[in-house]
Amino acid sequence: MSVGIISYGIYIPFNRLKIEDIAPVWGKKPSDVISSLGITEKSVTAFDEDSVTLAYEAAIRAVKSADMSPSEIDAIFVGSESHPYAVNPTSTILGEFLNVGHDYLAADLEFACKAGTTAMIAVSSLVLSGQIKTGLIVGSDSAQAKPHDVLEYSAASGSAAFLISNSKKNQIAQIFASTSYSSDTPDFWRRDGVRFPSHGGRFTGEPAYFRHVENAARKLLAKTNLIPEDFKYCIFHMPNGKFPRQIAKRLGFTQKQLAPSLIVDYIGNPYTASSLLGLAKVLDVAGKDDLIFMVSYGSGAGSDGLVFKVMRDAPEKKSADVFINQASRKKYISYVEYLKYRRKI
Amino acid sequence: MKVTVLAGATTKFGELWDFSPRVLAQQVTAQVLKESGLAKNKIEAVFVGNMLSSSLGNQDHLGAFFSEELGMNVPAVKIEAACASGGMAVHLAALSVISGQYKKVLVLGIEKMTDYKPEMVNSALMGASSDAERETGATFAALYALIARAHMEKYRTTEKEMAQVAVKNHYHASLNSHAQYTVPLTLEAVLKSSVVASPLKIFDCSPISDGAAALILSSEKNTGSDIYIAASAPSTDTLGISQRDDLTSLKSAKIASRLAFSQAGVGPADIDVAEVHDCFTIAEIIAMEDIGFFEKGAAARAIYEKKTWLNIGRPVVNTSGGLKAAGHPVGATGVKQVVEIYKQLKGIAGKKQVKSSRIGLTHNVGGTGATCVIHILKKN
Repeated sequence: MSVGIISYGIYIPFNRLKIEDIAPVWGKKPSDVISSLGITEKSVTAFDEDSVTLAYEAAIRAVKSADMSPSEIDAIFVGSESHPYAVNPTSTILGEFLNVGHDYLAADLEFACKAGTTAMIAVSSLVLSGQIKTGLIVGSDSAQAKPHDVLEYSAASGSAAFLISNSKKNQIAQIFASTSYSSDTPDFWRRDGVRFPSHGGRFTGEPAYFRHVENAARKLLAKTNLIPEDFKYCIFHMPNGKFPRQIAKRLGFTQKQLAPSLIVDYIGNPYTASSLLGLAKVLDVAGKDDLIFMVSYGSGAGSDGLVFKVMRDAPEKKSADVFINQASRKKYISYVEYLKYRRKI
Repeated sequence: MKVTVLAGATTKFGELWDFSPRVLAQQVTAQVLKESGLAKNKIEAVFVGNMLSSSLGNQDHLGAFFSEELGMNVPAVKIEAACASGGMAVHLAALSVISGQYKKVLVLGIEKMTDYKPEMVNSALMGASSDAERETGATFAALYALIARAHMEKYRTTEKEMAQVAVKNHYHASLNSHAQYTVPLTLEAVLKSSVVASPLKIFDCSPISDGAAALILSSEKNTGSDIYIAASAPSTDTLGISQRDDLTSLKSAKIASRLAFSQAGVGPADIDVAEVHDCFTIAEIIAMEDIGFFEKGAAARAIYEKKTWLNIGRPVVNTSGGLKAAGHPVGATGVKQVVEIYKQLKGIAGKKQVKSSRIGLTHNVGGTGATCVIHILKKN
């Protein structure tokens, strides 16, 4: 039996905030921040959007583009670090909105920025074990950042949804290997009831992101007996513009393999949706038999690695909903509007 | 005064996330024991220089904490004098051997700062300031910015001259494998760096660091070491800067320097190499003037003209890279300064060796000068 992606959908909120509009508020030179983080603008949710509405927008696009009824969905797993409720699942609200019925397994996952890829591994394992035929996974975040925290420049919003199935019909990409690397590493956290996350500054780099992504990646290469040159594309979690470029180079991938996945250059870091949106952007252009290498990262900390084999050529006529089109539909807002939309004033 | 230095060592300074204070103490103590050839049962007392174990680490009983870790059932005590804790620990350790009570003692300067959030560290460091300064929300960068502004107004000191202090100390640190920053800086990079508290920019400021330094001191004759402490002189002044007559000089540093030169029987012109407390670049300029290396108002230009650079001028200042580039684990700093001068006089300072150095000085400041400890070391 095999498992693969049979459809996907994404959603990027309309609003954008430029780094050059944030930096001067805090007495920083925009050029310093942009060159330090490798980010120029970020997506921002509107006043009436949250992780549930973002998840729905991506999921309905995935469901509509699949040749199947919503009632055929056997499981819904939603990964986020901004679930609106501490207790009350996002996944069942989503199931209700999608008209999935009631015969499905639902769960919310939280593992900082990697909960979405963990959902993908969990659901694909359920499919492979024969427990279910088709499951929906979503990574959705309306990311929090305290004003004046360096996270404010990168914390963005977005979502990506994938239908994972044993069906060979309309299979877009086969998932043929996964691996994980986890440890108790306190680089970034948010306690229950606390509004904004805390982080360990530079500690989030080498002992956290790089250690976990590199270990998961090397395990995945060893497990699949593949080398970086075998892949057409690579995708890494994008907390800023620099880290994915650095880790790709360290692992022996080229910037050409990496470039198509870099959603951070358009919208910043939508936390759980980051690597999944990178995957969607790659699938928008990938051709039959291309191999895709992906490693996520979640603080706390862990990385999931996945290898995909593309089973069809990307459609020549691009849907209005592909990443590049959604990313180009945007409206710039001021820093004050941002504070209002994010309920900071 | 004649207290022999038997051994001196430091750990690497920096963001040492993989090493606990216990491990750092073990590492550095093992080095000095090895260097001195002493078994640990020969150590009769431990003097620990540390500032923040209470406010950040929630550990008040630091003497026993480290004597337990080192397996030494000897008198052990924490000495706290803000960023001069290390220098004060050396002073008290020296007194203890001069008194004849102990023959050989261990001085351990140690601080763990980077495991905590910067705002926690800043708040804890402000424990060294006056109530009034804390109530106004001042930070040490803000207080030294006021000092810098006063110096600029009175002596026409420029931001470029201050920046040169950072350039020099980063150059020296590039020759020190134990330094936190081993990459040289350009004048332009310092001047273009983010403003922390005008006129001080980020590259005018010393970093938050982890690290440890250790010395073994002895009062015995014929120890085999020819390096000794010829003067150990602390002094104090008001906690806050608002009560001072002059912001462009630290009274404690002037008093302690005068005392130290008197104890050692030498003057500023005799010093070959010095480690001074450059917590901010302006602090090194003022230190040069307070110690008497340069006339008041002349130090900034002298440093700019490289008169204190390795292989160029004399005295060579902050060969370790200073606090600015070697790092500033506050309780370790004063001990590290003495270790650096010891290595210089012994001729084992590596690429940063000052040729033919026989007399060296250390200048360790707590707060904005509420405490200053000066040591002078000589080679027989």
